[in-house]
Amino acid sequence: MRTETRHEHFQRPSVLGNILRRLHVDIPLFIALVLTSLLSLFILYSAGGQDMGMLTRQATRMVMAFSLMILLAHVNPNQLKHYSAGLFGLGVFLLLAVLIMGTIGKGAQRWLDLGFMKFQPSEIIKITTPMMIAWYMSQHPLPPRPQHLCIAIVLILIPTLLIAKQPDLGTAILVASAGAGVLFFAGLSWWLIAGLAGLLAGLAPIIWHFMIPYQKSRVITLFNPEADPLGKGYHIIQSKIAIGSGGIYGKGWTGSTQSELNFLPESHTDFIFAVFAEEFGLFGCLGLLTLYLFIIGRCLYIAVQAQDVYCRLLASSLAFTFFVYVFVNIGMVIGILPVVGVPLPLISYGGTSAVTLQAGFGILMSIHTHRKLLPR
Amino acid sequence: MVDLRNRSNLKERKPAGDFSSRRRFVLVFMMSCMIILVARAVDLQVISKKYLKDQGDMRHVDEVSVSAYRGMITDRTGAPLAISSPVQTVSVSPKQLNAIDKNQLKALEKKLRKSQQGHALTGVQKAEVLAVYEKDKVLKVKQMLKILGLPASEANKLLNKTSKFAYLAQRINPIIADQVKALELPGVNVEQGFKRFYPTGEVSGHLIGFTDVNDVGQEGLERSYENFLKGLSGSKRVIRDGQRQVIADIENIKEPVAGKTLELSIDQRIQYLAYRELQTAVETHKAKSGSIVVLDAKSGEVLAAANQPSFNPNTKTNLKENLYRNRAITNIFEPGSTVKPFVVAAAMDGGYIRPNELFETHGIFPIGTHMVRDVHNYGTLDATGVLKKSSNVGVAKMALKMPPEYFWDTYHKLGFGVSPGSGFPSEASGSLLDHRRWRDFDRATMSFGYGLSVSALQLARSYTALADDGILHSISLLKRDEDIDSKRVFTAKTAKKVRAMLETVISKDGTAYEARVDGYRVAGKTGTVKKAGSGGYSEKTYFAVFAGMAPASHPRLIIVVMIDEPSAGDYYGGLVSAPVFSKVMAGALRIMEVAPDEEHTMPILLTKKGVIRPHAAE
Repeated sequence: MRTETRHEHFQRPSVLGNILRRLHVDIPLFIALVLTSLLSLFILYSAGGQDMGMLTRQATRMVMAFSLMILLAHVNPNQLKHYSAGLFGLGVFLLLAVLIMGTIGKGAQRWLDLGFMKFQPSEIIKITTPMMIAWYMSQHPLPPRPQHLCIAIVLILIPTLLIAKQPDLGTAILVASAGAGVLFFAGLSWWLIAGLAGLLAGLAPIIWHFMIPYQKSRVITLFNPEADPLGKGYHIIQSKIAIGSGGIYGKGWTGSTQSELNFLPESHTDFIFAVFAEEFGLFGCLGLLTLYLFIIGRCLYIAVQAQDVYCRLLASSLAFTFFVYVFVNIGMVIGILPVVGVPLPLISYGGTSAVTLQAGFGILMSIHTHRKLLPR
Repeated sequence: MVDLRNRSNLKERKPAGDFSSRRRFVLVFMMSCMIILVARAVDLQVISKKYLKDQGDMRHVDEVSVSAYRGMITDRTGAPLAISSPVQTVSVSPKQLNAIDKNQLKALEKKLRKSQQGHALTGVQKAEVLAVYEKDKVLKVKQMLKILGLPASEANKLLNKTSKFAYLAQRINPIIADQVKALELPGVNVEQGFKRFYPTGEVSGHLIGFTDVNDVGQEGLERSYENFLKGLSGSKRVIRDGQRQVIADIENIKEPVAGKTLELSIDQRIQYLAYRELQTAVETHKAKSGSIVVLDAKSGEVLAAANQPSFNPNTKTNLKENLYRNRAITNIFEPGSTVKPFVVAAAMDGGYIRPNELFETHGIFPIGTHMVRDVHNYGTLDATGVLKKSSNVGVAKMALKMPPEYFWDTYHKLGFGVSPGSGFPSEASGSLLDHRRWRDFDRATMSFGYGLSVSALQLARSYTALADDGILHSISLLKRDEDIDSKRVFTAKTAKKVRAMLETVISKDGTAYEARVDGYRVAGKTGTVKKAGSGGYSEKTYFAVFAGMAPASHPRLIIVVMIDEPSAGDYYGGLVSAPVFSKVMAGALRIMEVAPDEEHTMPILLTKKGVIRPHAAE
């Protein structure tokens, strides 16, 4: 694997390498993350209407997120494991608090105002759910027994449903997939997976029934955006037009007319990929996907290298969640998935998701850098 | 715990076990997902690129038409009668107006943030900013309505609408529109256009007509010369933003081509004069309506054509259809005695009467079971006396001497019952019954102007045959150098003779002494026509008509005055219409700088001229 050879290369002692290792930072992952963050600022400048204020705010958040990452990288995975259940409980408690006394923004109740800052508890739960499930699975024999499985599923469903009720379908999907990722890597039997998939398919009409009208309309829009080109389909049509008009080579940096002329809504948040695709074309898209693949691959490599069940499960799940992040966002922007509020990880404008993501990478680095070196 | 250790030990002993196969599966799954994304990107960016790009261009590149400058209408001296000036139209999209303009809101938030050293805004502050923004918008909307002169009560209506388009003010002064623009309200658009102004207003309203809001001629010459005046509207490519607002011009696709200037035969000064005198007469005599036509006797050009009642094309609000009628051209009436000179001329030309033949009139003349009557018994009259006294019996006797076909042919040649060809919309042709259906009595009534109908313009035109020594001219509302469509109707000798006879009409004992013009010899004929109603001819309602020319030695101008139902006592053409003729003719001759030809009254003219010199100099 190319990543491994690069990794070996970085393992050679050097001054910088030494400092970074002291920081408990995984160098390939760190470099990829820094690159992606710089790319994010680069695109934001264009997508956000060249607003330097916005750029400064995002850069500040990035610095905060990276600090948290390095901080978490220092924490021994065993300690994380120890606090898993507690953190998960806190997260669920905050979710309940949001339902009762949260502020409403953009038609959903997601925010908790602490006076000095507002934040979304659903972001905490994105990390603590896989921690919890990984911890729970690590306490029981693998592959999991049916009774443990049932409890794990309930544990996943609690935060998922609480978030779905806000309503925030995008985050609910991410939390559910983080939990499900743990179960899958824990060796959930293929029969059960097939059964669950079948059950989900069977339940689809019922889920459909319980979906909120705006969620339904988004699904309908996916299949036929032209049905309401100026209303619900507007988003996705404009997005496709933006991507398509980028062509193979793109229109160049700040050359995106669709976002510049306010045709593309949310161009600096959820739909930033469309701006990127319009400005950098197919080659740019392939480059960005390669960068993401590298990050995912590195995370999976870390998971493989992990030395105990908890670490392995947690790392795998975090890698998987990151992948879901990327796939759901890009899938929605290019019109193959319904529109759900999932930002493009590490690129979209916004504080909370950046912080959560970096926290996840911090945990991954901690897992990787706290390995006990075993003799081969 | 023991269990777990066992299990995990077991797992570690089997590194290629469950987990690694799952990992492989996940890798394959992820790769296939990524391939789907890439495939879709290729689909959008390579295969459907052109389609999507066109769709995008369709959304933000647009073609907008650029209105062309409509040609000017001027009188024969170049003075403008209709002129387009740039105006602007303000429209609004209430939906956009009521949406929150994010950029403006952000600017406000930024300002506040700066004032507090860049500290982030709290929720309360943000709400305050929003409230300020909304309040400011309401204020601005009210301000805009005030600028546009609309009631302030419109503000609430406007702020609660969700429609996408409404006009706020059409064709307003660009200065006002600029003030509205400066308010920078979202959804308010200002568009460039042209507005038609008619400097002479109601004076030539009927002739010029007017255009509609789309700058298309609706009435009068604006309508008949639409294609000549309108020009070609151009088009340009513009960029619109997501709110459909035009934010930039890319290129001109087609330059607009301005319409051409239409130069009329009208002389604005004579038109004013004619309008004013007609208006005075119609008011004084409490008449229903009136028309006047002034013709150049040599070229057939219409120098003036005015009507009462009139309308102002600049402010044509709640107007009745009948005010639009250019009666001089589109309304017909029975010409009455004004056609008598033609009967005399025809009879003389055809040799049906001898130069000094005398006619016994007796005041009454039976034809079959019908009677032709005169107002008085004028006794025995020669041809001059018949015209001077306007004897119906006299002309009837002459008419009966002529074969119907010959008589009809004269009238037909004079343009009765034929379109005068002025090019004016819904121009009247009048009516002239075919001679094969004439009975003797019809021939008699035709000779004193009943049983046929003409417009004032047609009557004026027929008089060119007498004015220009027997040559009938075609009519033109446009300026021209010469008439290429003239034809001889009478011999020059006859025309001159009849003109001389018509001069006697203006004498003290003639029927139209009031038509005299100091310093000039005038020839003309009155007509006091009983109006035909449903139950036959009325004894109470009349058309008072006068047709005449001056100077009689070499006529330059022909004027026809027709006043419908004078009801303040006088109703004779010689008393109601002849004074109008006199005043307009006097003024027009002066404007045209025509040399006087009457020595007896010249001194009067000179003193008069001296008195009113300042006026004449205008």
